[in-house]
Amino acid sequence: MKTGIVSWGAYIPCYRIKVEEISKIWGSDAESIKRGLKISEKAVPGIDEDTVTISVTASRNALKRSKIDPIEIGAVYFGSESHPYAVKPTGTIVAEALETGPDYTTVDLEFACKAGTAAIQICMGLVKSGMIKYGLAGGADTAQSAPGDALEFTAAAGGAAFIIGKKDVCAEINHTVSFTTDTPDFWRREDQKYPSHGGGFTGKPAYFRHVLGAAKKMMKTMGTTPKDYDHAVFHQPNGKFPSRAAKMLGFSEEQTKQGFLVPFIGNTYSGASMLGLAAVLDQAKPGQRIIVTSYGSGAGSDCFDISVTEKITEARKKAPLIKTYIENKRYLNYADYSKKTKQYIME
Amino acid sequence: MTVPQIWRKIPQFYNLYGKKCSSCNKLYFPPRDICVECGDHKLENFKFRGKGNIITYTIIRTPLSDPEGELIDRPAREIPYILAVIELEEGPRLTSEIVDCSPDEVKIGKKVESVFRKIVEKGPKGVIQYGYKFRLSG
Repeated sequence: MKTGIVSWGAYIPCYRIKVEEISKIWGSDAESIKRGLKISEKAVPGIDEDTVTISVTASRNALKRSKIDPIEIGAVYFGSESHPYAVKPTGTIVAEALETGPDYTTVDLEFACKAGTAAIQICMGLVKSGMIKYGLAGGADTAQSAPGDALEFTAAAGGAAFIIGKKDVCAEINHTVSFTTDTPDFWRREDQKYPSHGGGFTGKPAYFRHVLGAAKKMMKTMGTTPKDYDHAVFHQPNGKFPSRAAKMLGFSEEQTKQGFLVPFIGNTYSGASMLGLAAVLDQAKPGQRIIVTSYGSGAGSDCFDISVTEKITEARKKAPLIKTYIENKRYLNYADYSKKTKQYIME
Repeated sequence: MTVPQIWRKIPQFYNLYGKKCSSCNKLYFPPRDICVECGDHKLENFKFRGKGNIITYTIIRTPLSDPEGELIDRPAREIPYILAVIELEEGPRLTSEIVDCSPDEVKIGKKVESVFRKIVEKGPKGVIQYGYKFRLSG
């Protein structure tokens, strides 16, 4: 039995702000930003939502899709850049809400936007070694961006969770590889509210080198070409980067469209590639093959080669699809957006 | 609430655990130690499904400012908010905030379902309490 995805779940908050609304405040040209970044709006967390609440909701959706008893989950790993506590694990709160009982291990992960896929790799290792029966791996963020910074158009909120195991898998993970270097393209120092980034340096030496490096390594290892995959998902900090990466690797728009969510919800950071994968699983047919490549600044990429099984058809009906969350939206003006993202300083 | 009080109420707040009387099957939320119907002390844990309907509600536009000195910052920042009495499908009634909607969408009798949210943050240094709130479900 291959290790794989037993179940998946997602959550995207209902609030949205349009590029036009942000542009209006800062005097930028909305049309050129929409064209350049290939994004029209982004998801914003409610004032009472954070990485924990998003992770809990996504995980509960994953549990709904599976037949497993939560006490069989032996490990809980969540990746995020916005864990609400600096010291006190998100994983403990998620596990308590899922009623896993105390017999599990957890630690919070951070690797910019790819900590969630690292969580999947850790769970795969624990499941394969026989140390645990099931592991819960997730990525979620309420992404921070300084007012007026280019990131403000994309930094969004959302997350996804995956139960990893060997029994009744909806999607087998055939292989995973990583490509990692010390590349300071984007960072946030201790106690800083907003991240800093290297502007254009986030492109070629950072995103493209790692995403292309991991995806090429995977196809070389597996002896595959882009034509062998029905769906391809790449980390989506904006719409431009993943579209270009897909083209450079030889994937068509048809192959990437199912997991291409950034135009509608923005960049959900640790949730981005995982939500892309979840959106593909929401629609994928048994027998289809998926390649997923995450990217985390700092920098690294994890790549997964996945085959969908016949179990997926029944599982997908049991929890809300990502499409439902994308369509359920409420628009904010910039003042309400600032209030919800706590940009006002109140004494 | 103190940190130990918050910790003790985790089952109630995270997963809507109440009590069921082993003798007369009366359900309680929040949990009780003694059944008020039959006086029995044998009450078992009971998990409510988190579905119900609105019995009544009010719109809070002027919230109390930190009545217990707990440095609660949230009510000062999301005004107005909607507070409702909800009857759970299983019978008991509870008071909860209704989220993800505007005040003019809330009506008596509307169906609601529970969601997992932040309840209070005790200032920037304090503990965060998580738990149930409700949203309209159709």
